[in-house]
Amino acid sequence: MTETDLPHCPRLLARALQPLPPLPLGLALTALSRRLSARHSGMLRRLGEYADRAVLIDPTDLPFVLRMEPAAGPRITAHRRGRAPQAAARIAGPLSALTGMLHGRYDGDALFFSRDLVIEGDTSVVLALRNALDDAELDLAEELAALAGPLGPLVRRGVTLAERASGLSLHREDLTNGAF
Amino acid sequence: MDLTIGPNQFFWPAETVRGFYRDLALTPAARVVLGELVCSKRLPFWEGEIPGAIEALQAAGKEVALTTLALITLRRERKLTADLMDLGLPVEVNDLTALRHLTDDQPFWVGPLVNVYNEGTLRWLAQRGAVRVCLPPELPLESVATLARTGANLGVAVEVWGHGRLPLALSGRCYHARLHDRAKDSCQFVCEEDPDGRDVETLDGQPFLAVNGIQTLSQSTATAAHQVEALHEAGVSALRLSPQSRGFAETVALYHQRLTGGIAGNRLAESLRPWVPGGALSDGFLTGPAGAAWSGA
Amino acid sequence: MMELVCPAGTPAALRAAVEAGAHAIYCGFADETNARNFPGLNFSREEMADAVAHAHARGAKVLVAINTFPRAGGEAMWHRAVADAETAGADAVILADPGLLAHAAEHHPKLRLHLSVQAAAANPDAINFYAEAFGVRRVVLPRVLTVAEITAINREIDVETEVFVFGGLCVMAEGRCSLSSYATGRSPNMNGVCSPASHVVYSEEPDGLRAALGGFTIHRTPPGRPAPYPTLCKGCFTSGEQTGHVFEDPVSLDATQLIPALARAGVSALKIEGRQRSRAYVAEVVRAFRAAVEAEAAGLPLPVSLLARLTEGQAATTGAYAKTWR
Repeated sequence: MTETDLPHCPRLLARALQPLPPLPLGLALTALSRRLSARHSGMLRRLGEYADRAVLIDPTDLPFVLRMEPAAGPRITAHRRGRAPQAAARIAGPLSALTGMLHGRYDGDALFFSRDLVIEGDTSVVLALRNALDDAELDLAEELAALAGPLGPLVRRGVTLAERASGLSLHREDLTNGAF
Repeated sequence: MDLTIGPNQFFWPAETVRGFYRDLALTPAARVVLGELVCSKRLPFWEGEIPGAIEALQAAGKEVALTTLALITLRRERKLTADLMDLGLPVEVNDLTALRHLTDDQPFWVGPLVNVYNEGTLRWLAQRGAVRVCLPPELPLESVATLARTGANLGVAVEVWGHGRLPLALSGRCYHARLHDRAKDSCQFVCEEDPDGRDVETLDGQPFLAVNGIQTLSQSTATAAHQVEALHEAGVSALRLSPQSRGFAETVALYHQRLTGGIAGNRLAESLRPWVPGGALSDGFLTGPAGAAWSGA
Repeated sequence: MMELVCPAGTPAALRAAVEAGAHAIYCGFADETNARNFPGLNFSREEMADAVAHAHARGAKVLVAINTFPRAGGEAMWHRAVADAETAGADAVILADPGLLAHAAEHHPKLRLHLSVQAAAANPDAINFYAEAFGVRRVVLPRVLTVAEITAINREIDVETEVFVFGGLCVMAEGRCSLSSYATGRSPNMNGVCSPASHVVYSEEPDGLRAALGGFTIHRTPPGRPAPYPTLCKGCFTSGEQTGHVFEDPVSLDATQLIPALARAGVSALKIEGRQRSRAYVAEVVRAFRAAVEAEAAGLPLPVSLLARLTEGQAATTGAYAKTWR
């Protein structure tokens, strides 16, 4: 957390993602998020009245933005930047900031104060989402590995490699165990 | 309902204070709270006026009480508070510290800077001897109504902030001194330059706040001009008017007319405007979405 | 060793604080009864009971903040919160309202009472009064006092004192400020929020980021500069010829280096602000402060603070603890 420069998503990766059609990407992310939501039921409860407001998640170093509707399953759709439908709020920053926040590497307020994160629209929606995600202690690598079933160990190894190559945070980094 | 005049929040020269209370004695106000509320350093400059003011106000048939400081920290300030209790006048408590110095059978008043937000606190204060309570200006009308009912059952007179720049915050730091790049201890009494506080605007030039030593006020002058009937119905026993540098005797007379049915809310508001510092009015704490809102706009 | 009292806005943050070495954690229920009533934050009744069990199993205490001022006509919600905190096994409740303190003292005589900073008890007379009237055992001191004043206070009182050492800094006497409701209609005292996110609007404008609260511009940040949260008292305003931070710069409190002085002043507990911050933040700050209080207790030099990046506007102050602040 004491680093001052966030790693940026390698341009090569961003370019590789460029032709990716938004629909399958959205469907895959929706499937993943529904799985996360089912396994961490407290998340939706914590969102409370904010769950039915859509949020745009904008990884500024990727060619698309994500629109998330927590109460709808959740549902995630991918859109070309500038073409996403309206949302209650937008949170934008490098992918590394977004995944780092999810995984407990970075503190959201600190990223905001340093302007690595930009928030627009209804700030309270973003706050609710951030707090709910922070409490859920998510680990994307483990979730992907679990999704992959018998191929789990392979996925885990792949994620570790990708993490090392990109500098992105792709698994949970703080050490507490979510034992209750 | 009748009218209570609150303590002057600002730092005025002694002769201004003298003239102010001389004029006030001639107004239809029922009672007056006086003394230094904001900064103990100001007191030596004008405390000589207090005995004469008390005499003139009492001679005019008004009830008089003395206020405590709003924020008591220094040893000297604690002693000042303890000494207040022996002057033979009711004390208006504006910092709960003062309760430690009251004897068990000494009735007292409670000012708007004490957090009386609910029936439990009002009941507790009544048990300790509170006979008159001015509610915090932040309270909405529904809370005021609940507390006025409780007050009536307890035999406590409940007052509401009726007029004046709103006391919004207190600090250990002196903002007047800070604006002049001075520390609080070497302030050279710069707050005397601003008899209604020093205006603070937003970067876009919107009128917003006013600073007065360690105190932060609203720049708008709050008025209950439009809520008189509602407050009366709720069982509120007095409106509190907070002193301002210009046209205050006229202001008191106007509120008196309003209470006695002589003028309507709109008329009162328009008549107040020329005297009010900056000319802006608000009543959002009582009935609006935020304190700064004005129902008459 | 001085007790380290750490914030938790979520069960995950509480676990992180315990693991990082907190002696005590303070937290609140997810409603208007506590002064950090923010979206997505705080504990359900069930989560509170689990949190207390988790902390107790690891030797840490849980203090439940019920430190807003009950609404007229709605006191039952606050009374229920006190009862539920006791049922959950809380080691103390942190209260500010005299009526609620009277209620707790009468109906929950075994429950330990701490006086919240929201009560703004700033001198020995006030503190002794709360101790005598309600049996309060610890007072969280308002952030308007110098270290010398804290020393003097501790000589005249019998109860414990707790002081803030890190995090957001209130410039005003807490519990006595309605700046937020003047601009937004929602206040710390009544709603448990200050400068609430629901009333914040950011807009990117040619000269930088404009942040408005309830329609009032709080500051404009030129591109590339750190952006503080639009807390009203840390805004940039104009008064006469001057434009600047009239009340306070967008800094946060870091009194790490004052820990030995605070220990000598007789302070029992050090408090870290930040129930609205992430578990990552809580873990890092708690770890650093645990090392600092251990160093102090062992008479060793304090570790240099590495917490600058976590602070608002990336600048820190020792606040009112130094007299020059005033």
